[in-house]
Amino acid sequence: MQECRIAANNLACRRGDRLLFAGLSFALESGQALQLVGSNGIGKSSLIRILAGLMPAYSGTVELAGSLGLVDERPALDPHLPLGKALALWQRIDGAHDNQAARLGLAELMDVPVRYLSTGQKKRAALARLCGQAAPVWLLDEPLNGLDTRGTALVMDMVAEHCREGGIAVIASHQRFDLAGMAKLELSAFLPSPSGKGRGWGLDAGGEPPPAEGDGWHRRPLPTGEGLR
Amino acid sequence: MSGQFLTLLRRDCTQLFLGGRRGGALLPVLFFLAVAMLYPFAVGPDAPLLGKTGGGMIWVAALLAAILPLDRLIEPDLELGMFDQWALRGISEEWLVTVRMLAHWLSFGPPLMLAAIPASALVGIDAEKLWLVELGLLAGTPGLAALGVMIASITAGLRGGAALGGLLLIPLAVPLIVFGAGSLATGGTSGLALTGSFSLVLLAITPFAAGAAIREGRR
Repeated sequence: MQECRIAANNLACRRGDRLLFAGLSFALESGQALQLVGSNGIGKSSLIRILAGLMPAYSGTVELAGSLGLVDERPALDPHLPLGKALALWQRIDGAHDNQAARLGLAELMDVPVRYLSTGQKKRAALARLCGQAAPVWLLDEPLNGLDTRGTALVMDMVAEHCREGGIAVIASHQRFDLAGMAKLELSAFLPSPSGKGRGWGLDAGGEPPPAEGDGWHRRPLPTGEGLR
Repeated sequence: MSGQFLTLLRRDCTQLFLGGRRGGALLPVLFFLAVAMLYPFAVGPDAPLLGKTGGGMIWVAALLAAILPLDRLIEPDLELGMFDQWALRGISEEWLVTVRMLAHWLSFGPPLMLAAIPASALVGIDAEKLWLVELGLLAGTPGLAALGVMIASITAGLRGGAALGGLLLIPLAVPLIVFGAGSLATGGTSGLALTGSFSLVLLAITPFAAGAAIREGRR
């Protein structure tokens, strides 16, 4: 697998009036994995979307070498098509890479329309789409949701394999994700409010008012890097 | 590039012709024919009057039929996350919208032009005028298709987007109907040329406007 790298430099994310996190930095090289952890609404999915380039960061930059694969809560498979045909669309776009469908337990579901698949089966199908993409950098947003115990173990195995082969995985999950040597990034360490209690400078949060735009709020002493452990 | 183009075009055409649960290419055509059928009932059996006004009615019916597919042009793929996956693969929104415009026209323009033949019989338009109507639709439906894709992109994800889309489409399509139906009254080619030129303007703007709208919708 080609050399790849993804790095976040001093990222901040703003949703509406609230800053979700600020001063977030990390760098991952080939073979490394990172789990984003934190409570609901702390900005795990937003961070994934910023890393994927689908959402602009409020400030900061993302460096990327290598192509990206994303699995989120939407399978991106045509619901009325049989699974085989829905996956075939992505195979035609991505080229014929092994999508590990048999290993993911999808072989006997190929004739079933996607809309009849269960949540866990859809998640497996999305992972097959990801494998077929052969992208070195995986961004997984809650990849274990809806999966049974076997499915969970399988996904962990596949991510471990992907990293052994030189890929990168960034996993946003509140569930336990066992992977040897995986770093964890606690998003609560990057809450922008100095006390760390309020979730940002929400107008209704009763915290500090947001500083004027361009006032260089990032000059405050912000935690950088402590979240990586 | 051409392989990718064909793959995307084939998918878009299948989606728009068959349409699944949201109704396919047949729905606007049936609506168009229903309006054409109702018109003589409303106006009465006055053949010269019907013949004189029928062409304009066909244009109004075509414009209204263009509203029907709006909600299935962009929204379903946004909900599925298809646009995000394409973006990750470096396929630009402008390119996707161009393909979709073509697929939408194929599923909308030619069927409507075919349906205009029985519709013109219902209102008693003669062959010469039918020819002008068909040429006008050929020049105008690409513009209507482009406008449809642009408005669908702008209103995708909004609550009540479908109703809002209809309201947006009508005023923006006014030049098409003025020139398209106007060519019937004057019997000249200048109206057709102006219809075609407005269609070309819409075809040129839409990929950029719709692409920007889809990207902005991600925020």
